[in-house]
Amino acid sequence: MTKRFGDFVAVDDLSIEVQPGTCLGLLGPNGAGKTTLMRMITGQTGLNGGSISVLDFDVATQSRDARSVLGVCPQQDNMDDQQTARENLALWAALCRVPRARRKEAVAKALATAQLTDRASERVTNLSGGMRRRLLLGRAFINSPKVVLLDEPTVGLDPQVRSDLWLIIDGMRRSGVTVVMSTHYIEEAERLADDIAIVNHGRVIARGTPQQLREQYVGLEAVEYFGPPEVLDEIAAKAVHAGLKSRRAGLSISVLGVEGTATELLDSWGRLSRRPTNLEDVFVLLTGESLDG
Amino acid sequence: MARFDARSLPAIWTRELIIFKRYWPGTTFTAILEPLIFLFAIGLGVGAFVDEIDGMKYVVFVGTGAVATAVLFSSVFPGMYNTFIARVFQKVYDGILSTPTTTAELMVGEATWIATRTAVYGSVPMLATIPFGLSPRWSMLLVPLICFISALGLTFLGQYISGVVKVIDSFSYFQSALLTPLLFVSGTYFPIDGLPRWVGTISNVNPVYHCIELVRDACFGTLSLASLWHVLALVVFAAITGKLSVRVMTKRLIT
Repeated sequence: MTKRFGDFVAVDDLSIEVQPGTCLGLLGPNGAGKTTLMRMITGQTGLNGGSISVLDFDVATQSRDARSVLGVCPQQDNMDDQQTARENLALWAALCRVPRARRKEAVAKALATAQLTDRASERVTNLSGGMRRRLLLGRAFINSPKVVLLDEPTVGLDPQVRSDLWLIIDGMRRSGVTVVMSTHYIEEAERLADDIAIVNHGRVIARGTPQQLREQYVGLEAVEYFGPPEVLDEIAAKAVHAGLKSRRAGLSISVLGVEGTATELLDSWGRLSRRPTNLEDVFVLLTGESLDG
Repeated sequence: MARFDARSLPAIWTRELIIFKRYWPGTTFTAILEPLIFLFAIGLGVGAFVDEIDGMKYVVFVGTGAVATAVLFSSVFPGMYNTFIARVFQKVYDGILSTPTTTAELMVGEATWIATRTAVYGSVPMLATIPFGLSPRWSMLLVPLICFISALGLTFLGQYISGVVKVIDSFSYFQSALLTPLLFVSGTYFPIDGLPRWVGTISNVNPVYHCIELVRDACFGTLSLASLWHVLALVVFAAITGKLSVRVMTKRLIT
């Protein structure tokens, strides 16, 4: 699928398939095209080329059917501020055409998922940022969707709140729902996604499980050296000489895939610290850009 | 584009009802008070100098005209402001359109709600005119329906304007250049017969004029086949503005 806004290509001939019951993490920096892709799946952004199917529904011609099996947690909070948590969920149940007889139960379940049963009568404007996000997640599940789209579900939240939300998302994943989640947080992708697509400039540049991506592109272990730029330059040169990949980040350099390299050699280059490689190593190596955009 | 499905409308009305239950005192106060001020200030004030117009007391003439003032204020402004705020500031529409609801259903749902509300608000000036000499008659029961049809098109017009402007401040251009003339060249405060002939011709495309004519026909028992022309004009106006509203909103919301 392709999407252009004027001369800007937001999604560039991107092709992706998600296996039922898995969590696909779309990992990429801000502006990579992740939100555009999410909106294309709901039919809120049209395509300039290609097609999208949600289950068996073609989004171009059956967008209403596609949306009826989708649950969406947007990046930007779009709840009615002046309504209570319960009212917001009840409204969503009606919009998602949950049968009237089942709405009360669906709202109660969503409140429980969001851990907000005791704040149900509170206006949304009085809830904290984390609570609002939990409510948005609960709302995305109100119609028992088959596929859930989570667009940067924990963006801008502190680490404690983020790990609370991860618990909820993990619960969704375990319930057998197919999850498509965009994120620019490495840890989020590593913890929650079964399968990761690294997206940059509207293209998928790598795809696989976190383990596969690390093994394929950066190896399993890295060593990190700190020092002034000229020292880091020297280490970079030595790494190339030893046939190793490296990446710079501020006052440090990471030499990647060192699991088969002699410890003495690495020690001789300077004081180091060892760590497992991560998806950020993969991303930076593939794109030359940082995930923080 | 998905076919229009009326099953989406109750959910839109549910949202409006929740908001209305919270804010109805303020909304109702403004919607009722402003036309009543017009009725008393102009009806009684100017009425002290002008006895009768077309054989009716001036206050009764203005009182029935004030129905259209109430209709205009209660429909076009919510169509403009509520729509703009929900779309641009709150992003609520983005959320709604990620559910199985379409832009057309969203706009029609909101417009029918506002028009229903306006059917009540619009009838208040008429009721307030009864003590001043407007004789009650059965055909007055049609006035809420007339208000509804008129408000539907005017709400769609408001929605269309809210989709055309980039910033909310631009509404003032439409208020001055479009809405004020609609109100004053409609026969609310004085008969348009006294104006140049071309003004009368233009008033045929003014929904407020058709609303007032129908309201007066219903209030004075002068409903006839000719009244159908005004109904037709209001229905055509609503059909055109409805199309325009959905078109501009689709352009804004579906990127």
